[in-house]
Amino acid sequence: MTANPLLDMVRGISERKIRVIDLTQTLSPDFPQIELPPEMGQCWPFRLEEVSRYDDRGLAAYWNNFSCGEHTGTHFDAPIHWVSGRNLPNNSTDTVPVENMVAPACVVDCAKHAEQNADFLLSADFLRNWEEEHGRIPPRSWVLMRTDWSKRQDPESYQNFDEEGQHTPGPDTDAVRFLVEERDVMGFGSECIGTDAGQAMHLRPPYPCHYYIHGAGRYGLQCLTNLDLLPPTGSVLFTAPLKIKQGSGSPLRVLALVWEGWADSPAPV
Amino acid sequence: MAKPLTKPKRKNPVLRTRAPMLPPAPRSRISLGLTSGAARGAFELQVCRDCGAVQYPPREACRECLSDRLDWTLQSGTGELVAHTTLRHAMENYFRERLPWRLGIVKLDGDGPHDAPSLIVHVHGDCAEPPARVRIRAMLDRAGQAVLLALPEKDTPHMSDDPQMRELTCDPKFRKVFVTDGKGPVGQAVVRAMIAAGSDLVWVGEAAPWKKIPGFEEIRALPEVTVVDLDVTNPDSVKRCAGQIGPKVDILVNTAEQHRAYSVGGRYGTENARAEMEINYFGLLRLAQEFGPVMMARGADTETNAVAWVNILSIFALANKPDQSTFSASKAAAHSLAQAMRAGMHRSGVRVINLYPGPLDVEWNQELRPPKVTPAALARSIVGALQGGAEDIYPGDVAKDWYERWRTDPKVLERELAHGE
Ligand SMILES: [Zn+2]
Repeated sequence: MTANPLLDMVRGISERKIRVIDLTQTLSPDFPQIELPPEMGQCWPFRLEEVSRYDDRGLAAYWNNFSCGEHTGTHFDAPIHWVSGRNLPNNSTDTVPVENMVAPACVVDCAKHAEQNADFLLSADFLRNWEEEHGRIPPRSWVLMRTDWSKRQDPESYQNFDEEGQHTPGPDTDAVRFLVEERDVMGFGSECIGTDAGQAMHLRPPYPCHYYIHGAGRYGLQCLTNLDLLPPTGSVLFTAPLKIKQGSGSPLRVLALVWEGWADSPAPV
Repeated sequence: MAKPLTKPKRKNPVLRTRAPMLPPAPRSRISLGLTSGAARGAFELQVCRDCGAVQYPPREACRECLSDRLDWTLQSGTGELVAHTTLRHAMENYFRERLPWRLGIVKLDGDGPHDAPSLIVHVHGDCAEPPARVRIRAMLDRAGQAVLLALPEKDTPHMSDDPQMRELTCDPKFRKVFVTDGKGPVGQAVVRAMIAAGSDLVWVGEAAPWKKIPGFEEIRALPEVTVVDLDVTNPDSVKRCAGQIGPKVDILVNTAEQHRAYSVGGRYGTENARAEMEINYFGLLRLAQEFGPVMMARGADTETNAVAWVNILSIFALANKPDQSTFSASKAAAHSLAQAMRAGMHRSGVRVINLYPGPLDVEWNQELRPPKVTPAALARSIVGALQGGAEDIYPGDVAKDWYERWRTDPKVLERELAHGE
């Protein structure tokens, strides 16, 4: 033991006692983007254009210009993203307190339910049952909804549209209110393209996760992956969005630290 | 009667793909008037405003009265084949590779005060021995210049399969067509029209595969159709697609389009305008960079060579329709780029065909009053253009009306459009 626990942590990482797990999807032009009705303004998908590739445009260098919306790929939602959070202090990517970018996570496994029902809604009772097994959700922690949705590799089944729109799992209104009002969570994270379910425009209110989470000044994470590698409790997330002035969100690299001692987690790759 | 074309054998892969040769291209400035008409599918000759004499070949001053007041005027094109010959030797490589080639002299019908002119023409194989009644069509050759073709007075069976005719057209029959976006109503109509016109392989681009668009699954199920991933906003996707099918495309029809209907102030910000430019202009540029070179290399590749690139522009490309301002601007940008593509692709014999339809009968024109061009009618125009010898097509009454007003005086048209006329 040294006097500085940070150095213990770093040594733990180098000795693989602490695993670093990447919860981020690769930013690729092929990764699907949120799809809105065509008369609405649209969030740009990720696009990459070469500046040069050791050629007449620049013999010594390969580099690209990229473009995307703030809500592209694995991304962070700031409170200002939603109308309910528009007047809160420190509600945009440049003013979110950096202390909130490091926080523990609880992972709620809904994979079986989502497999059986793409429109599965996580309820407050489901969360209470989860707490029976894993303990009370600590304040200021992330709640991540594991659905294994990120394992859907082809964009069509990931988006999962039919003529009535998108069918992807998410939380119901009571679950979100429970997390915000009774558990004081840092935010809610999903493997799907939004924190809300694909059919959440038909819930009351529409998009309850966006509405209540951001209305309480809390955050969202979307398009996460590798949640199946996390223990139900005890991991720590690093979630620093780009410091975009008045940004409503940002693509980001989400890293999780996991203490190796957890029994069920697979060996590091 | 022309021998009906049968499905050509596959290319022998050990043989070199021949370089495209062009018919002689230089024309005098005056002669380009003939090309201007042919580009629109019109056979026009100069007619003297003073004495009424019809001029041929094109000239600076009237052959009868030396007046310089000569107006390009639409001709009926009927006449009599008075002499013909079949070339069996030629100094020009283009003709050497296509011998035998039938030429003739046609005396135009005329009831004017002066003798009607006699024309040097290409002669369709189904024209009877002289003297024979014929119809003259002005068509663009592989170099993009006007030539005159004598056709039999009445259509004959398999007429479009005549080898000389097929040199002047881009007939989809037995050719492989790539429709860049098959999901929208225009794309779907184009796919069906190409199959009906005899294309036996139609590649169909699909962007955003998760979007369920009515009718597309039926398109996908057609035996001639192979769906390929293509998102023209994604450079990597265009490159992949060209790598996959580029050498197998004889006719490319760019149906990828973003269309919204907003005035300058009708949609705050530039997000929508950028999306239109991203598909309508940059999408075309990306396609041109990836598919252009490989199609140009195949301009003379066997009987089913690469022949045509079709752009669906809009009559709003010539004059901005203020309540569809940013869409019009994106189409004007595409129109300008298509001119440069034409300058480049002519060198290989690949024809760039531009369509400037009036408003289409599609979702974003819901609020416009008829007449509107249905997707099926637009698709028929595309097939007609490919089977003909023109390169600029104005489908629909609105397009034809605007085009005439634009030719007469673009400023007057601009003012009229500003007042909503
Ligand atoms: Zn005269």
